Amino acid sequence: MHLDPVLLSRIQFGWVIGWHILLPAFTVGLASFIAFLEGAYALTKRPVFLSLSKFWLGIFAISFGMGVVTGIVMPFQFGTNWSRFADGAANIISPLLAYEGLTAFFLEATFLGILLFGRSLVPPAMHFLAALLVAVGTLFSSFWILSTNSWMQTPAGYQINNGLFYPTDWWQVVFNPSFPYRLTHTVTAFYVTTAFVVLGVGAYTLRRGRAVAEGRTMIRLALFFLLITVPWQMIVGDLHGRNTLEYQPAKLAAIEGLWDGGRGVAASIIGWPDQAKEKNLDEIAIPGLGSLYLTHSWDGAVKGLKDFPPDQRPPVVVVYFSFRIMVGVAMLMLTTVIVGLVLLWKRRLDDSSWYLRLCQLSPCLGFIAVIAGWITTEVGRQPWTIYGLLRTDQSVSPSLTGSDVLLSLCLYVAVYLVIYPVGLSMMLKRVWTGPTADAPAEPIQAGRHKGPIEALPAAETGGAS
Amino acid sequence: MTPALDLVPIWTAILAVGVFLYVALDGFDLGVGVLYNFIANGRDRDLVISSIAPVWDGNETWLILGGVGLFTAFPVAFAIIIPAVYFPILLMLLALIFRGLAFEFRYRDSEHRTFWDHGFALGSTLAAFSQGVVLGAFIQGFHVDGRHFVGSSFDCFTPFSIATGVSLVAGYALLGACWLIIKTEGDLQLWARRAGRSCLVLTLLAIGGVSVWTPLVDPSIASRWFSWPNIVYLAPVPILTAALAWFEWSTLKNGPDYTPFAGAIGLFSLSYLGIAISFWPMIVPGHFTLEQAASSQSTQAFLLIGTLFLLPTIAVYTAWAYWVFRGKVRADVGYH
Repeated sequence: MHLDPVLLSRIQFGWVIGWHILLPAFTVGLASFIAFLEGAYALTKRPVFLSLSKFWLGIFAISFGMGVVTGIVMPFQFGTNWSRFADGAANIISPLLAYEGLTAFFLEATFLGILLFGRSLVPPAMHFLAALLVAVGTLFSSFWILSTNSWMQTPAGYQINNGLFYPTDWWQVVFNPSFPYRLTHTVTAFYVTTAFVVLGVGAYTLRRGRAVAEGRTMIRLALFFLLITVPWQMIVGDLHGRNTLEYQPAKLAAIEGLWDGGRGVAASIIGWPDQAKEKNLDEIAIPGLGSLYLTHSWDGAVKGLKDFPPDQRPPVVVVYFSFRIMVGVAMLMLTTVIVGLVLLWKRRLDDSSWYLRLCQLSPCLGFIAVIAGWITTEVGRQPWTIYGLLRTDQSVSPSLTGSDVLLSLCLYVAVYLVIYPVGLSMMLKRVWTGPTADAPAEPIQAGRHKGPIEALPAAETGGAS
Repeated sequence: MTPALDLVPIWTAILAVGVFLYVALDGFDLGVGVLYNFIANGRDRDLVISSIAPVWDGNETWLILGGVGLFTAFPVAFAIIIPAVYFPILLMLLALIFRGLAFEFRYRDSEHRTFWDHGFALGSTLAAFSQGVVLGAFIQGFHVDGRHFVGSSFDCFTPFSIATGVSLVAGYALLGACWLIIKTEGDLQLWARRAGRSCLVLTLLAIGGVSVWTPLVDPSIASRWFSWPNIVYLAPVPILTAALAWFEWSTLKNGPDYTPFAGAIGLFSLSYLGIAISFWPMIVPGHFTLEQAASSQSTQAFLLIGTLFLLPTIAVYTAWAYWVFRGKVRADVGYH
């Protein structure tokens, strides 16, 4: 069997980033939520906000730690497996990655230490500021990494000499055509994902009846937040799609399963895109609708896949279905939020056990949508690493053999299959314990407070101080 | 095009400082991990973990800055060196995953604490070893064609690079022991002083061994150090190292709490300087100088503008965080 280093490197990159992206999808929103809770507690002094903040901070520590260690893997992938891409694109993308480290990683890492371990060592205002800076750090990180990704999707502000990319206009590089849409769409997705986790955990907490106030607060905060963000996300998604139509028409054609372009194209609802036969099998489509929602005009022109040479088309089936999964999940999200708000309006929310049970499944929704959306955009831009300019099969490190990459891939698979289940089980255990389990009865005062010595084995705590 | 100002020396300095800060900072917390399995007492183990828990993440961030800094300032070096050390990098990353997660996991997953304790200790050791192998591979040089590494992914594993790997483990363990002398008291501190002396002996053997072996690997390095008049100008490096080694030994025995760490940093600085002298001005030994490997002027300028503001800011708040967690580690400021 021939082992292809390009294909294996793609699988490896997909594997390590696919798992990694689940963590920022959760921690970007959670960092902001914790900053909100800390701020709300500082303003209102309601103990429910403090116990919620401590509860989520424990979960944040696990997920953020996992995000850090799986994130360190990522920049090295450019060097280990994609050195030709790294060599070609370094002049442009490397400072964006460096700015991510300088503006975000140090900020997050340092102030997370204060946030987790410094509550009794710094004044409350400083502790709140630390929460805020961690949240800001996650947003800076999103900014730079999505700028990098967007530049690879819609390159701008560059020139090419001898196969190397050189910057000509940094503003155009950073704010390349797809960046504002991708940034908004992705960060909103991360916030929505977190809010659905909070909703689900709130529903579970309420149903168990232990920390009722915390459970009710979580559900209400999540529902009101989602009332705004879910519809907003749909609008942003539509705008992002129109941007893709303009700058990455082959990707859009694959999303739509559109083989023959033209005016007044149909909207394919569901079917099986056959890449070899260049048509969709068993398709249900609505005539004319495609042009309407893509171009916002009944006879708008849309390019089809046949407008591109076969070797410049992405794998259509993957893109077509991942997009439909993302949209399907969005519909489920909207329904969940509307039903919840109607129940709240009728004052039946806290007693609707069937709805709370369903909500317990809702934490999955955001993650499914994020992964489906990410597959749509990343598989959809194939066969390019830098869209239209550098092909994926020209990007891989020349020294790698298939067996090298197979070996590293197996190790990544093995390690991730250990750490993710363990991490998840620890977070679930924390959820099972519930928010009030270790919250103190009275607020902690500033100064050198002696807290519970949980980290020590019970038998030896007596002598420690 | 003649650039108005050559930024390469500035970026060389920034990268050199960044890599050194990584080695010094993550060096001590990886070193604590190397020593971890030699600490039997459960309470001491918790204290040792608590002494680095608030800072290890920030320390490790310098690794990203080192890697991405190389990518930014000298991209062709990044594109050649990183694939050449494919497996050491892989092992380092996987080891860092295990030891990084062990901080949280050993506390929360108490049924499997032994597993995560080993994950922490072996992960730290393997990460240190892998970085040493990368250093050894760098000293040996790479098979390069044009702008690409064309050797095998296993070229980097040689007796020499294994030796540098072991050397770095010993060096990091020395830093870790010195850190524990600062952060602990009583019996644990006495233990750290004894462990520090053992690590010092191993580190000095390693420095001596690598210093003798390196000129044998590469004749151009031999002529740099031993030709006249270089031998006179460069003699202070080994002489200072010997003097510092003697100082370190005595201060580990009965000096103040902070001086062993300072002495260990001094030993690392001199070794680092020695490597820099051996290779200056090459960034890919035998193939690319710093100037030849530099990224475009515009790239370096674009990043420099922000770096000149951000790096001092980072230094300030990092120092402040160390200040917040200053003093002897206390049992009540550890895991939550």
